[in-house]
Amino acid sequence: MIRVILPHHLQVLAGVGKEVKLEVGGQPTLRSVLDALEAAYPVLRGTIRDSSTKERRDLLRFFVCGEDWSHQSLEVPLPRAVATGQEPLIVLGAIAGG
Amino acid sequence: MADVRVLVGTRKGAFILTSDGKRQSWQVSGPHFAGWEVYHLKGSPVNPDRIYASQSTGWFGQKIQRSDDGGKTWQAMEGEFTYQGVPGTHQWYDGTPHPWEFKRVWHLEPSLTDPEVVYAGVEDAALLRSDDGGQTWHELAGLRGHGSGPHWQPGAGGLCLHTIVLHPRDPKRIFVAISAAGSFRTDDGGQTWRPINRGLRSEYLPDGEAEVGHCVHRIALHPKRPDVLFMQKHWDVMRSDDAGENWYEVSGNLPSDFGFVVDVHAHEPDTVYVIPIKSDSEHYPPEGKLRVYRSRTGGNEWEALTQGLPQQDCYVNVLRDAMAVDSLDECGVYFGTTGGQVYASADGGDSWRAIVRDLPPVLSVEVQTLS
Repeated sequence: MIRVILPHHLQVLAGVGKEVKLEVGGQPTLRSVLDALEAAYPVLRGTIRDSSTKERRDLLRFFVCGEDWSHQSLEVPLPRAVATGQEPLIVLGAIAGG
Repeated sequence: MADVRVLVGTRKGAFILTSDGKRQSWQVSGPHFAGWEVYHLKGSPVNPDRIYASQSTGWFGQKIQRSDDGGKTWQAMEGEFTYQGVPGTHQWYDGTPHPWEFKRVWHLEPSLTDPEVVYAGVEDAALLRSDDGGQTWHELAGLRGHGSGPHWQPGAGGLCLHTIVLHPRDPKRIFVAISAAGSFRTDDGGQTWRPINRGLRSEYLPDGEAEVGHCVHRIALHPKRPDVLFMQKHWDVMRSDDAGENWYEVSGNLPSDFGFVVDVHAHEPDTVYVIPIKSDSEHYPPEGKLRVYRSRTGGNEWEALTQGLPQQDCYVNVLRDAMAVDSLDECGVYFGTTGGQVYASADGGDSWRAIVRDLPPVLSVEVQTLS
């Protein structure tokens, strides 16, 4: 079970609380978790990754176990602490603008 | 007596104002989609309880929301906006080629006959259509593909398709306007398009007869006389009597012919409204006086409407989608400002008052007259 913490606006859009829990098969990666997130909540398609390029949107960051994973390859396996649900994957909106 | 519903899009959410036909007492609901930019929302003329809203931010991209109960509840659509085929390039501000990139939906135009059909004008400029109530979208790619697309350049607000006008009698005729490419028309339901900019003059274009490159801000028509179009261009208020084939200037005695909005009285095809803005460098009313100008002669002769509007120290702007009219017997006129006020006139513009005054900057105003 993977835990994902979403920014406020995406919580409202998806109609969920601060944290969602996902079942992800195999060794989870950023890509497989995001795929599972979008499959469970289709309304989030295009909000974290660009619809056409599937790249992370510029003003979002990924944090894993206290580290910035925003520039990691989406294929790198997530740490065991995230894979086992001890630590969440944090999707964070940049502090920018008003 | 019919009720009136005013749909207001702002920088930080949408608001819905309702009143009975007297238009004296208003209830405000919102913010809907709090914290998101709502460039536009508009109801279906066929089913007024169906309302489409464009919800976007730079953080999370674009969503379309749909209500089927007049804005009480909303459903986020899952469809995405993509260009057909390889998007190609348009010109960047410096004239270099720049890839077409989707940014946001500026304008939603529901069909006049089918509540499931809705058009979206987007940035970078393209026209898309949904046939399933906003669930999925496909581009009417003949517009970008007609030939001049690689020469289109963005205006200050981006390369945006911001105006969609559906012909009230001919479902295959659609007018659109793009900043800063100009106006275009299809006569076959969106398969093929051509520029309709003859007569427009833009100081910044070296070629006085340029087919594209004009910064058209807004086009409006009266449903009973749909071949007569009124245009607020970057500078100049223009008129066409032949469905856009030829344009001529009707700025007349306006204190400035720069502006964004233009609209037509619900029952008088020759009564037109604009709100002059000082210049393209100073986006606020001339002399700090917020004045709507009304022509009862289809242009050229304009009168200032000031009663109830601030006549000193007013430095707001009125953006291109932020004026609308209702269709009650005594036509109501509405507009919203970047200062967060929505002003309404229940007497065709003779007198005004703010029906709400402390919203976020207003991006769009639409009105529904509910029977």
